[in-house]
Amino acid sequence: MAKVLMKGNEAIAEAAIRAGCRHYFGYPITPQTELAAYMAKRMPKIGGVFLQAESEIAAINMVYGVAATGRRVMTSSSSPGVSLKQEGISYIAGSDLPALIVNVQRGGPGLGGIQPSQSDYFQATKGGGHGDYHLIVVAPSSVQEMADLTALAFDLSDKYRVPSMLLADGTIGQMMEPVELPEPEAPEFTEKPWAVTGTRLQRPHHIVNSLYLVPEELEKKNFERFETYRQIEQAEVRYEAFRMEDAEYCVVAFGIAARVAKNAIAAARKEGIKVGLIRPITLWPFPKKALAEAAAHCKAFLSVELSMGQMIEDVKLSIDCRRPVSLCNRAGGMIPSPDEVLDSIRSLSRRDKPCLSADGQGPSLQQTGGAAQ
Amino acid sequence: MIVFEKPKSLTDAELHYCPGCTHGIIHRLVAEAIDSLGIEGNTIGVAPVGCAVMAYNYFACDMVEAAHGRAPAMATGIKRSLPDRIVFTYQGDGDLASIGMAETVHAATRNENITVIFVNNAIYGMTGGQMAPTSLPGQVTQTSPYGRDVLTAGYPVKVAELLSSLDGPEFIARVAVNNVKNVKNAKKVIEKAFRNQIDGKGFSLVEVISACPTNWGMTPQKALDWIDEKMIPYYPLGVYKDKSASAGAGSARPQNGQEVQP
Repeated sequence: MAKVLMKGNEAIAEAAIRAGCRHYFGYPITPQTELAAYMAKRMPKIGGVFLQAESEIAAINMVYGVAATGRRVMTSSSSPGVSLKQEGISYIAGSDLPALIVNVQRGGPGLGGIQPSQSDYFQATKGGGHGDYHLIVVAPSSVQEMADLTALAFDLSDKYRVPSMLLADGTIGQMMEPVELPEPEAPEFTEKPWAVTGTRLQRPHHIVNSLYLVPEELEKKNFERFETYRQIEQAEVRYEAFRMEDAEYCVVAFGIAARVAKNAIAAARKEGIKVGLIRPITLWPFPKKALAEAAAHCKAFLSVELSMGQMIEDVKLSIDCRRPVSLCNRAGGMIPSPDEVLDSIRSLSRRDKPCLSADGQGPSLQQTGGAAQ
Repeated sequence: MIVFEKPKSLTDAELHYCPGCTHGIIHRLVAEAIDSLGIEGNTIGVAPVGCAVMAYNYFACDMVEAAHGRAPAMATGIKRSLPDRIVFTYQGDGDLASIGMAETVHAATRNENITVIFVNNAIYGMTGGQMAPTSLPGQVTQTSPYGRDVLTAGYPVKVAELLSSLDGPEFIARVAVNNVKNVKNAKKVIEKAFRNQIDGKGFSLVEVISACPTNWGMTPQKALDWIDEKMIPYYPLGVYKDKSASAGAGSARPQNGQEVQP
C-alpha cells in the first residue's frame, strides 16, 4: 500500500478505524485535538460513534460501557485529561475489560504547558489510578508507529483483557511523516463470551464488575490478574536495539527522545565511542531482559527523557544497579538537542563527570556505579 | 391461579437492604416493568455506587457496576454500542445528584435513549447516613449534626425540576413509594419510562422518593409518614416533562393527579 503523509494524531485515528474501532469518546485538549477532529469527521460516515463527552471522566466511563459490551473502543487525551480518566481506567482494569487510551503527553504537573513531554511515564507504567494493576503501554517513536502500535495495542488488549495505553508525546502527535497504513480489518470481533449484550433468556446474566467485598475473593482476583501480567511480561516485550552489537555504552530512550538519541549516537560513533540504543517500544512490559543482557557488555547507561527522570528507575532496576546509570533530560516541554545528548554520551565515556542534567543530578552516576563494580 | 409471584427479572438472591427500606419495592417495580414489557433478555442494567451497589446481583438481566456517579456515562456507552438493547441505570441521590451531576445533566440534554431510576431518600445510606444533596433544610445527618444549615451547606437539589428545564429529555417525573396509591402510580410511571425507550423517545428519568428508616432514625412506619409530611411537600410528585405528550394533545397533566408546582 502506498504511503501517505499524515499527522501523528491522525494516523492514530485512521489506524484505530482500520483496526475495527467504531466507538470514540473524548474531550477537547491540546495537543491531541486532531485525533478527535478526525474521528468526528470519519465515524458518522462509517456507521461509527463519535461523541464529545462533557468531561474526560464521562468519556472514560462511556469507554467503560462500550468495553463491557465487548466492542473495540477508545478515548484520547493529553496529560491533565488523562489524570481525570484514572478513576475509569482503574475500573476498566478491575473489570478485566479491553480498551485503548491514548495519551499525547504535554508538560506538567498541574495545567503545565502544551509542549511535548514524557512526564506521565510513572502514571502510565505503574498503574496510574488506585489499586494494583497495569496497563499495556506502547510508546511510538514515529508517525508510522503511531499507526502500527495503535493496532497492536487493540490486539493485545483484546487478547489479555487488559486495557492498553498508547503513550505518545506532543511532538509525534503534531508532526507529519509518510505512513503506510494497514489494510482495514473487517470490523470486529474477537469472541468475547463475557460481554453484556442481553441474556436473550438463553444464559445466566453476565455481570461486569470490579467490586469484591470478600477480601479472599478480591485477593484471588488480584493474583489471577497478576498471573496474566506475568504472561504478558513473558510474551509481549518489544524494543528496538540500535547499534548494540559492540556497544560499551547503552543509551535508553523511547518516543521522540529515542530519535534525538539516534542522531547523537551516530555522532558519538564518529568520535569512536562505542555506544548503542535500546528503545523500549513497550514501556510496560519493560524490556528488562534486554537491558540486563546489555549490562553484561556495557560499562554505563544513559537514560534520555523528556521528564525529570522517571524511566531511569526502571533502567536501574532492570540491571540491578550493576552499572552506573545517568540521566540526560529536559522537562516542561523542552526537548534535548542531539548535541546535549552527545555531550552526555561523552561524559559517560570520559566518566569524569556524570551527565548534563537540568537539576545537576550527577550523584546518580557515583551512587549506582560505586557500589556494584 | 397465581395471584402473586416474584417478578421473573429478579434473581433469587436475598436483598441486603435494611428493614423498612423501600429499595426492595423499587427493585420490584423495575422488574415488573421489565417483565410486563417482555424485555428481560434484551436489557442491560447499570448499578450505582451506594446502597444499590449490588443491584447487579438482584436483576436477572445483564448488569454492569459503574463508578460512583458515572452510571449515565456508562449507560451511554452501552446504548451507543448496542442501540437495540434496553439500558437502564438505578442510582441514588449522592450518586446521581452530587458526584454524578455532570453525567446526569449531559445524558439528559443529549436525550440519550436510556431509562434512569433515581432513588431519592435524602441521605447517604451505605456510608452510614451523611448529608445528601437532597437532604432537607434542617435535616439532621451524621455530617449535618445540627441540621442542614442552608447558609453553609446550601439547599437541596430538586432533580426533576432542574432536568425538566432542559430541552433535551423526553420524560421527567417524580413518584413516591410510601403507600399503596403511590406505589401503584410509581409502577405505571416506571413502566412508561421503559416504554419510552422502546419507542425510541429518549431520556426518561423517574425520581422515586424513598424511605431510609435506619439512617433517618425512625421506625419504618414513621419513615413512610415522614415522606408525606416532609419529603413530598419539598419534592412535589408529578410529571415534570413529557415531550411527546405536550407535542401531541398538549396535555402535560400530571399522571398521578397531583399538580406540578410551577
